[in-house]
Amino acid sequence: MLRDITLGQYYPGNSVIHRLDPRVKIIATMAFIVALFVVKSFPGFGISFLALAAVIAVSKVPVKYILRGLKPIFLIIILTFMLNMFMIDGEVLIKLGFLHITREGLYTAVFMAVRLILLIIGSSLLTLATKPMSLTDGIESLLKPLRRIGVPAHELAMMMTIALRFIPTLLEETDKIMKAQQARGADFETGNIFKRAKHLIPILIPLFISAFRIAQDMAMAMEARCYRGGDNRTRMNGMKLGKIDVVAVIIMLLFLGVVVAERIWL
Amino acid sequence: MSIEVRNISHIYSEGLPHESVALFDISFDIADGEFVGIIGHTGSGKSTLLQHLNGLLKPKSGQIVVGGVDITAGKVSMIDVRRRTGLVFQYPEYQLFEETVAKDVAFGPINLGLAPDEIEKRVEEALVLVGLDYHEFKDKSPFDLSGGEKRKVAIAGVIAMKPEVLILDEPTAGLDPKAHRDILNMIENIHDHEKNITILVTHKMDDVARLADKVMVMESGRLAMNGTPSEIFSRKEELQAMGLNIPEATELIGDLRDCGMDLADNVLTLEQAEEALVHYLKDRN
Repeated sequence: MLRDITLGQYYPGNSVIHRLDPRVKIIATMAFIVALFVVKSFPGFGISFLALAAVIAVSKVPVKYILRGLKPIFLIIILTFMLNMFMIDGEVLIKLGFLHITREGLYTAVFMAVRLILLIIGSSLLTLATKPMSLTDGIESLLKPLRRIGVPAHELAMMMTIALRFIPTLLEETDKIMKAQQARGADFETGNIFKRAKHLIPILIPLFISAFRIAQDMAMAMEARCYRGGDNRTRMNGMKLGKIDVVAVIIMLLFLGVVVAERIWL
Repeated sequence: MSIEVRNISHIYSEGLPHESVALFDISFDIADGEFVGIIGHTGSGKSTLLQHLNGLLKPKSGQIVVGGVDITAGKVSMIDVRRRTGLVFQYPEYQLFEETVAKDVAFGPINLGLAPDEIEKRVEEALVLVGLDYHEFKDKSPFDLSGGEKRKVAIAGVIAMKPEVLILDEPTAGLDPKAHRDILNMIENIHDHEKNITILVTHKMDDVARLADKVMVMESGRLAMNGTPSEIFSRKEELQAMGLNIPEATELIGDLRDCGMDLADNVLTLEQAEEALVHYLKDRN
C-alpha cells in the first residue's frame, strides 16, 4: 500500500554522526566524493572504504538498510560494468564471439564499479543520518554567501522544505482518491499500457486539483502568519559548531591528506 | 441481501516498525433493508471497517459474507463486490474529475459495463434521487458547483451503480445546516426508495437517532456496542466515557427526569421529546 513507502529514507538515531552539524556533514560528503575521484588505485579505494566503514559503524545505521537503498541503482552499476568490460581495447583475455574481454577493460570495469558503489553509499549516508529539515537548513546556510551574487538561498531552502513536507500529504491524497475511484468500479491493475494510462485520468485530475488547493491553503496560512521571505529571519534552533564538529573536520582533513599523499607517492 | 461479518481483524503496515492493529475481532450481522448507524470517535476504526465491506481492504483473519458471497475468499470478482456495495467516502467531492456532471455520474455504471441507454437512464435517476434537476445540471462542469451540490453529484455517482448496500462515511462533514438537512433527507429518501441496506457513519447522534434501526459503537478497533438506538442511547455514561454523546433530545428529557419529572424514558428525537412533554403537561392538568 502507498502509505508504507518511506521517503527521504532518514534512519532515526542519536549517534555522533546524527548529531553533527548538517553543514559539516554536507561538506564532508562532498570531500569524500572529491576524494573518490582523486584516488587512482585500489589501495586508495581501500583507504576510502575503511573510512566509510568506520563512519557507518559510528552512525549505527544497519548495513542492510543502506544496501536496500542501493537496489534501484544496481542496474546502472551492472550496465557500466558491462560497457567498460567489453568496450575497452587492450590485451585480450577471453573471446566470446564478437565480444572480447581485455585485461584493461576488466580492470576499468571493476575500478568504476567500486567507485560508483562507494559514491552512492557515501552520499546516501548523508540523507540516512540527517533529518530532511536540518539538511535543508544546512544547504540554506551554506548557500548564504552566494546571495551577494543573487542566489535566493532562503527561497531555495524553503522550496525544498515545502516539497519534502508535501510528499506524505500527496501520497495520502493519492491513496484516498484511488480507493474512491476503485469503489466506483475503476480498475487499475489489468489492461495494456495505453488502457492503464487512460485509467490514471480519474486519479490525476482530482490529485492536481487537491494539490493546488493544498498549496493555496498553505500559502494563505504562511501569509496569515506574516511570512515574507528570508530577510533578517532568525531561527529557533540556530546551528552552532560544537566540539564534535571540529573533531569531524579534523578527521576529514586527515582523510583527504592521506588520499592525496597516496596518489602522489604510491 | 444481508451482511455477515465474522471475527475480522486488520493490522496496518504489518511487520514494519509502525504497525498498528486497526480492527480487533469484529463480528456482526446486518439484515436486508436495515439502516445502520456507526458511531465512534476519530481513529476508532470506522473507516477501516467500511473499506472491508466492499473489498478495498482485506482482513488479516475472519470472514465477510455479503449477500451469500464470501468476499474474503481469493477468487471473488471485485467488480462484482463493488456492484453490490457502494461506498461514499468522506469528502467525496474530491473524487470528481469529468467535464460534465452527467459524465462523472456515468463513470461507475460504465465501469460496470452497462449498455449506453441504461447508463443514461441511471444517471438521470441518480441525479433526481439526490435532488438535482437533471436537465439543469447534466452539462455543467462539476467544478463550477457549490460545495453541497458537488457532494450530491459525488453521491449520485455511487447511487447510479444501484448498490444493494450503500455505505456513507460522514456524508455531512463540513456542510452548512441546510446542506446537512438536504443530504440527510436525501439519504432517507434513497433508503425508502431503493430498499437497500444503508450504513451511515457520523458524529451526529441526532442523525443516528432519527434514521437508524440499529446502532454500532466502535472503540479503539473493537465493536463496543451493537443494538437499537434506544438501547444504545440509554447507556449515557459508557458513551461519554468513550468521548461520544447521546442525542440532544434524549439528554434534555434525561435531565428533566433527574429533576423529578415523570417523562417517557425512550425519547430519541425532538418530535418524541415534544410529544413526551405535551403528554406530561396534559396529565398534570
